[in-house]
Amino acid sequence: MYDVLIVGCGVVGAATAYALSRYQLKIAVLEKENDVAMGATRANSAIIHAGFDPEEGTLMAKLNVRGCLMAEELCRKLDVPYRKNGSLVLSFSEDEDKTLEKLYRRGISNGVPDLRILESEELHELEPNLSPTARRALYAPSAGIVSPWDYALAMAETAVRNGAELFLETEVHAIEKTETAWRVHTNRKSFETAYVINCAGVHSGQIHEMVAAPAFRIIPCKGQYFLLDKSEGTLCTRTLFQCPSKVGKGVLVSPTVHGNLIVGPDAVDIENCEDTSTTAAQLAFVRKTAEKTMTKINYRNTIRNFAGVRSNSDRKDFIIFFGEEKFLDVAGIKSPGLTAAPAIGEYVVKLLENDGLVLRKKEDYTDSRKVIRVKELSSSEKNDLIKKDPSYGRVVCRCETVTEGEIVAAAHGPIPAKTVDGVKRRCNAGMGRCQGGFCGPRVVDILAREQNRQKEEILKDKEGSFILLSKL
Amino acid sequence: MRDLIIVGGGPAGLAAAYGAYEKGVKDILILEREDTLGGILNQCIHNGFGLHRFKEELSGPEYAQRYIDMLKDTTVDILSGTTVLELREDRTVCALNSRQGYFELQAKTVILAMGCRERTRGAISIPGSRPAGVFTAGAAQKYLNMEGYLCGKRVVVLGSGDIGLIMARRMTLEGAKVLACVEVMPYSGGLTRNIVQCLEDFGIPLYLSHTVTDVRGDRRLTGVTVSKVDENRNPIPGTEMDFDCDTLLLSVGLIPENELTRGAGIEIDPRTNGPLVYDNMETTLEGVFACGNVVHVHDLVDYVSEEAARAGASAANRILGKIPEHRAVHIKTDGAVSYTVPQYIRENAEEKTVSLSFRVRKILDDVKIQVSDGQRTVFTAKRTHMAPGEMEKIQLPREAIGDARDLTVSVEK
Repeated sequence: MYDVLIVGCGVVGAATAYALSRYQLKIAVLEKENDVAMGATRANSAIIHAGFDPEEGTLMAKLNVRGCLMAEELCRKLDVPYRKNGSLVLSFSEDEDKTLEKLYRRGISNGVPDLRILESEELHELEPNLSPTARRALYAPSAGIVSPWDYALAMAETAVRNGAELFLETEVHAIEKTETAWRVHTNRKSFETAYVINCAGVHSGQIHEMVAAPAFRIIPCKGQYFLLDKSEGTLCTRTLFQCPSKVGKGVLVSPTVHGNLIVGPDAVDIENCEDTSTTAAQLAFVRKTAEKTMTKINYRNTIRNFAGVRSNSDRKDFIIFFGEEKFLDVAGIKSPGLTAAPAIGEYVVKLLENDGLVLRKKEDYTDSRKVIRVKELSSSEKNDLIKKDPSYGRVVCRCETVTEGEIVAAAHGPIPAKTVDGVKRRCNAGMGRCQGGFCGPRVVDILAREQNRQKEEILKDKEGSFILLSKL
Repeated sequence: MRDLIIVGGGPAGLAAAYGAYEKGVKDILILEREDTLGGILNQCIHNGFGLHRFKEELSGPEYAQRYIDMLKDTTVDILSGTTVLELREDRTVCALNSRQGYFELQAKTVILAMGCRERTRGAISIPGSRPAGVFTAGAAQKYLNMEGYLCGKRVVVLGSGDIGLIMARRMTLEGAKVLACVEVMPYSGGLTRNIVQCLEDFGIPLYLSHTVTDVRGDRRLTGVTVSKVDENRNPIPGTEMDFDCDTLLLSVGLIPENELTRGAGIEIDPRTNGPLVYDNMETTLEGVFACGNVVHVHDLVDYVSEEAARAGASAANRILGKIPEHRAVHIKTDGAVSYTVPQYIRENAEEKTVSLSFRVRKILDDVKIQVSDGQRTVFTAKRTHMAPGEMEKIQLPREAIGDARDLTVSVEK
């Protein structure tokens, strides 16, 4: 019998598990994929938003601003790549100047710190590669960039190290009310739990409807991106937004925390919430739209296109409520969901406590994580480490300078990487300009060796994504 | 301080080391990131190597072994399993391995021989889903030839670069069905001999002026759509063909790996993606030379060896103080000539001729290669056929340069 069962381990499920795991609770986290952070969490703009977009008084506004303020400290503790690079919303016309004013006032009212409207001269001094047609900007120094999958992974790993039980490849089929609790049926086994928390992202509507009448509708909305080589990563320092429109915050241009440049997304509602394919037409649209912000981007240095599916809904706000007694929906967590996630975790804890869940703090709680990244070590630190473990001296991924030791660590972490993409998310191997062309076969080797598996069993990504089809 | 450090122990690095050694340099160190020397040749188990250099047909590993053997009784030191992380302007090389850890070594001369990498799906923005089963041809080759695993059973090859053609044949021989080779340009990007021996001999259709416009399957690849393209390489609606396949191999170009080069502030030619070099293969940073695919992508390893030997000999000259200061002549290109290597010639160097390599942008028949100094034509050579897939070489007599400030290479009817 679990005290709390969380359905879904994207960044929201992970943050919820993380927040709950400091208390003396028996926690289960169910994830239908073979790794955490497999949905919107791994395919988004990777931005920590300051919080001037959500309308005043909404839960979204509150949780966004709170999440943004939490990010720096949390990323430091959990050793997640993060940089407070600030963001700019650009204006290209008098009309848009008015939008900036509106966003400024909204930001102030939402409690966003240090907001400022920049005039043209200062703007172009700060971002010299910006299109000359940008005339003013709303500057939010508190905004940041983060490694989104690592953010989720770090929180999930910490929850697991504190005793939360993660069940991967475990898909919820039905939820049944028993006399005293919930019984959650999955493809593997059944779980008994006092509370269910629905963090199922684009699937949260289906999970809700397993226990209650429809109360909200999830409208999956796809966004497509360009990710460019580090050669383009210094074109701007801050995240550059255009003025928001009805369909969202629009196409941004931003450095990533790994040093690349990201351009996107568009916003197209889709039927199939698992459809992350890209299309020539929409990629062309993204590129064309981004030209307004910056014309200097050399798209020949694109290293990847990708698409993510937002968990939009028929509501303006996040949907966080008890959809049924002891069944908490945390649904419709669209942008700025990544930013808000840790604040959502905190908020869920409060809601459960108010509902009568007894929270007693653990005495031996671990609240930090340390990841070895050879690239970031000083020369003497490198040498000390390599003396202890020579595998940290063998570079496997040349583009990102990732060593065998780091890949081995990923294969044996609290949530071990099972797949080549899982390794990529944990230590960046294969994330660079050659996209795993050189290191892919080595990563397959190391995973097979470390986990005592046949090479043919090693997957690229989700279940069924076989790399090698037969041995000669 | 070492005399010469060579970054990379593939064909270019090996030949450069031997070239320098022959010219009298004894203190030479090769840094190689893999555990074995030979670079990409080790996975090229097909034949066709060495016809020019050794006048016989060798496999890739055999070709590499020739050079490894030549270095055996020399004083050339080799550090394998060693990755160079940084090259500084003062020719300090920063490297990492599991025995010495992190270390820095300064050298009088450095030869860059890092080779190239394959262009990926991302670089050409092929739309669609992102399943397993999309490989660069080189990665598929590594799985098959080095590890003994077949990564696909029903294959479409995009791009007609040589590695793609070789892999079409190789996978066919191992029992895979190669359904098509698709090339966006109206001509093949590979050597004619490979089109014949790898596609035609196996009945694999080559679709010129076609490209992949959709990728399907959300776990493993289940199919691709191929469309005809117009003269601007835009897909023509209504020409779509669907292929049921589990594998898409990409052979869509090679990119010289010049991250170290850029880091050292060496000037890069945007046309080749390699460093600008003088005729002695010296880059814009004195004492730093480059050769092989890191400079420009070659068709034949034989030519890599030749260029690398020149770089090695030049490094020797630099160490021995034999490179006098001379003004440089800039080599420009015109019309169908897309680039030249070298981009600069130094006057009065010791060789009587300058070896000039270049490529053309389109297929040309019965043409004349012309080198002009702006006033007059100083050199011509006839060709019956030229193609972008085949690198051209001319030997330009040094006396033809005269007192020209720059020379222009062009191709005329």
